[in-house]
Amino acid sequence: MLVLGIESSCDETAAAVVSDGRRALSNVIASQVRIHGKYGGVVPEIASRKHTEAILPVILQALAEAGVGLNDIEGIAVTRGPGLIGSLLVGLSTAKALAFARGLPLVGVNHLSGHIAAALLMDPPPELPFVALVVSGGHTNIYLVRDFDDFQTLGQTRDDAAGEAFDKAARLLDIGYPGGVVIDRLAKQGDPRAVSFPRAMRDSLDFSFSGVKTSLLNMVKKRGRGFSADEIPDVVAGFQEAIVDVLVEKTLQAAAREAVRRVVVCGGVAANSRLRSRFEQDAREREIDVFIPPPVFCTDNAAMIAVAGERLLSAGRRDGPDLNAVSRWPLGLRL
Amino acid sequence: MRIVIASKSSEETLRIGRIIGETASPGEVIALVGELGTGKTCLTQGIARGLAVPEAYPITSPTFTLINEYPGRLPLYHFDIYRLEGASDLEDMGYEDYFYGEGVTVIEWAERVLPLLPAGTLFVDLVYQGEHERELTLVGNEELIGKINNLWKEGGC
Repeated sequence: MLVLGIESSCDETAAAVVSDGRRALSNVIASQVRIHGKYGGVVPEIASRKHTEAILPVILQALAEAGVGLNDIEGIAVTRGPGLIGSLLVGLSTAKALAFARGLPLVGVNHLSGHIAAALLMDPPPELPFVALVVSGGHTNIYLVRDFDDFQTLGQTRDDAAGEAFDKAARLLDIGYPGGVVIDRLAKQGDPRAVSFPRAMRDSLDFSFSGVKTSLLNMVKKRGRGFSADEIPDVVAGFQEAIVDVLVEKTLQAAAREAVRRVVVCGGVAANSRLRSRFEQDAREREIDVFIPPPVFCTDNAAMIAVAGERLLSAGRRDGPDLNAVSRWPLGLRL
Repeated sequence: MRIVIASKSSEETLRIGRIIGETASPGEVIALVGELGTGKTCLTQGIARGLAVPEAYPITSPTFTLINEYPGRLPLYHFDIYRLEGASDLEDMGYEDYFYGEGVTVIEWAERVLPLLPAGTLFVDLVYQGEHERELTLVGNEELIGKINNLWKEGGC
């Protein structure tokens, strides 16, 4: 089945064409491409108005890059939530209009299930069931995935998401943007044991990253001046290690508790090189297979929405023209 | 009207939040001003409990999601302006539906969108004093501040 995926839940306007839920023929993200013609050089941001400007050029480019036309598309998958209502509605309205005009089956997809489904684009894909860590700027959740419409939340953040902690640490240290990328790079030159940071909520599968941020703030305030360029690598390496430690440990603990031997790590922070290597190393020691999609499928994208949607469409799920956006949609909740 | 509250711990900041949440009426806008790590999300967690948002909902930071909505005695709309360029981005998000709706709106980094804040906004300024200590200054909405001050002094919530 050839599925067109559409995503507009937050910052990114994205469209992709995926074949049989396994192969991404195109994966267009508006902020990463130049859109030619009338909308030349538009870089869509937060606002839904920007999504409105980008959505049609992005869909056309996704079809063109895949080398297919709308006539070849057999189903449409669109992010229904969670996210900003105004942003979601842009993708959703476009998807509904296309589906109606072309008489195509339509299905609404949970953005978080999309992140997890990105692992199906890997070769080989993970077999069910598995434990999934979704870790990004807005989310830090652990799920037991029994099927692509059967999720159980095992752990979640109680305050900040891991990606947000990286971003805010970079701001506190004034070392640039995007924080996660800068810290990843600088930490490679530092000693992760030189500066120690607290690890919160050791007895639970829930996360808390507010304390590690405040701990860094206290260090900065106590010194009364910034860290020198020589000191920064050790500070960020220690900070990153504290976050990576709890992400890896809790996810592998969850796998042990649920007696599953496969773990998927996805979402924007899954692009962090230390997180990837620590997962691979620690999982191997515990004889657990770890699946981390390539970075392009970890950040917000529409290929993952098409993959998740293909599973739902193949299982006979259909949504009608009354499909509505939802700002809050815990994964696993049937709406 | 203006009151200054010295919070000695995150638990006290939570309690101040609970008092604000319990006294808030429909359409209330609460503007939080303060640096990173001064307890804005912590205060909002308290406000949510004061609004009787069920414990099953963890009150997480909206920095990346921009708006988080929660059901409660009154709905809670939790905004974070940190990633926005300013007032025009907020206008594009359709903020009027929230600010002038029936719920309670809490805005982190509100100083970036001052021109859009309605009359009667309660401002809470959070300042770092020490590892656990923060100073909270409440300015604006007189009626609300009076009630909050009484409850805080009586040791309520």
